[in-house]
Amino acid sequence: MSTAPVSTTTVETAIGPAKTMVLNMGPQHPSTHGVLRILLELDGETVVKAVPDLGYLHTGIEKSCEDKTYSQAITLTDRMDYLNPLGNNLVYCLAVEKLLGLEVPKRAQYIRVLMVELQRISSHLVWLGTHAIDLGAMSVFLYCFREREEILKIFEFVAGQRMMTSYIRIGGLALEPPTGWVQRVEKFLAMMPSRIDDYENLLTGNRIWLGRTQGVGVISLEDAIALSMTGPTLRAAGLAYDNRKVFPYSSYEEFDFEVPTRTDSDCFGRYMLRVAEMRESLKIVRQALGKITPEGPIRTEAPGIVPPGREKMKTEMEALIYHFKIFTEGFAPPPGEAFVTVESPRGELGCFVASDGSPKPLRVHFRSPSFINLQALPKLIEGQILSDVIACIGTIDIVLGDVDR
Amino acid sequence: MTEKVSQSSNPAVEVLRAWSANAIEEVIEFRGETTVVVPRKVLLSVAERCRQDEKLQFNLMTDARCVDCFPLEPRFELQYNLVLIPMKNKLRLRVKVSGNDAVVDSLVPVWPGANWLEREIFDLMGIRFNGHPDLRRILLPDDWEGYPLRKDYPVEGYRDIPAIATRYTRSRP
Repeated sequence: MSTAPVSTTTVETAIGPAKTMVLNMGPQHPSTHGVLRILLELDGETVVKAVPDLGYLHTGIEKSCEDKTYSQAITLTDRMDYLNPLGNNLVYCLAVEKLLGLEVPKRAQYIRVLMVELQRISSHLVWLGTHAIDLGAMSVFLYCFREREEILKIFEFVAGQRMMTSYIRIGGLALEPPTGWVQRVEKFLAMMPSRIDDYENLLTGNRIWLGRTQGVGVISLEDAIALSMTGPTLRAAGLAYDNRKVFPYSSYEEFDFEVPTRTDSDCFGRYMLRVAEMRESLKIVRQALGKITPEGPIRTEAPGIVPPGREKMKTEMEALIYHFKIFTEGFAPPPGEAFVTVESPRGELGCFVASDGSPKPLRVHFRSPSFINLQALPKLIEGQILSDVIACIGTIDIVLGDVDR
Repeated sequence: MTEKVSQSSNPAVEVLRAWSANAIEEVIEFRGETTVVVPRKVLLSVAERCRQDEKLQFNLMTDARCVDCFPLEPRFELQYNLVLIPMKNKLRLRVKVSGNDAVVDSLVPVWPGANWLEREIFDLMGIRFNGHPDLRRILLPDDWEGYPLRKDYPVEGYRDIPAIATRYTRSRP
């Protein structure tokens, strides 16, 4: 959040020299998906220079984490990327588990995968709906949010919360999923493929949609890698870099799925890629349902780190003592540091946790995909016309909570 | 515990060692992650080597961050995470920076993606980057005093200090 160095300059035009204009877009502009401000220097309708200005949603989550115990910090991670809370929980818990050297039971890993993939679908649905409404397709938004509601209902049923679930905990999960949850997920799986076809019927061949997205916001693969872009934007440029395949975590290596790639690298390519990703996610959810056994542990046995079950606390004194200690003073991992990356709907989400041997982390850092992908926005929009700026902001799929943290 | 090792399982370490004896201060392996501690003076040349050497070619810089080890000295630890996508290899560079002279060479000429990451470190930790094209605060306002992620900065901030309060009243139209 600072005054950006953008000023008017004189440019040569067909009818002689003319002055450019500086336009302030945001931070309250609806198509910036939050509070992003962009200073645009315009020559007529063409963008000469664009300088994004962030920080309106900076909440200092990294600093707050340093003042909390390891388990308390989980609730803060929900609030970073609010369209992907489960993914944020997952990356933070994986980092702390790596620091501690904990193994998580297979059943908990599969439930984690299932929940995170449902979250990916819901995040892509919000993206598709808002991107379409930015470009004038009103009805897609309503359909997307109808299906997202179904996913949020599953989350509420399983974790007790629609959005800020904090369901994934260090060493496993918060709760055993309730009876009947598998049927609800199956119902969703049966309904969803035809709904994705509906979105495609509305958009893929639509001439207005093609006109607004094809050839807009093109970035070359070299530029995308140099600017550290990840996620659908990088894959639409032609590189199949997906953390779930390249550096598998949480048993992703046992799942059979494709990493869709495109070569057109424009807004339309990224749209097609995300739709294909939703279908792949459905495949993963279906496989995960097959792998999850009805009975089994959801938390690892680690006295002093993972809270014991309710039954144990009532019968064993040690369990009660550990429970008390975990929630009062926390636990102290060995000194060291761990960096874990997962594939969030937006790209590579990383979490770095450093411990100095005390119950509070020395440093927690999040590599947020939105922040780093947004860096490429000037590259996408400079030289394009003003109306394409909206398409380009939408196509990177930023969440301002994730950008500013 | 963090272990210092002489032999690393990561092939990149040997390549770097063969290139220059001064490039690596020590190698740390912890939970399967390889960290190479690099002297501050050679950071830029090591980074260029990592990017351009035919055997290395770490093309993606995923993350840069800074850890404040106050009150230890050297106080700051700057870390860069590199990924070699085709070989599925990861490497972490670490530079120790003293609190009295918190200046390092910018890696933007090597990886343009380092631009905002270094601005963020400058904004929140107060480390200056030599040769950075646009070193401004990125998340906080321009006239913010102090660097919030430093350990000697209180978690609740300094919001009751009158000097800052009057400045904000005055700047309002």
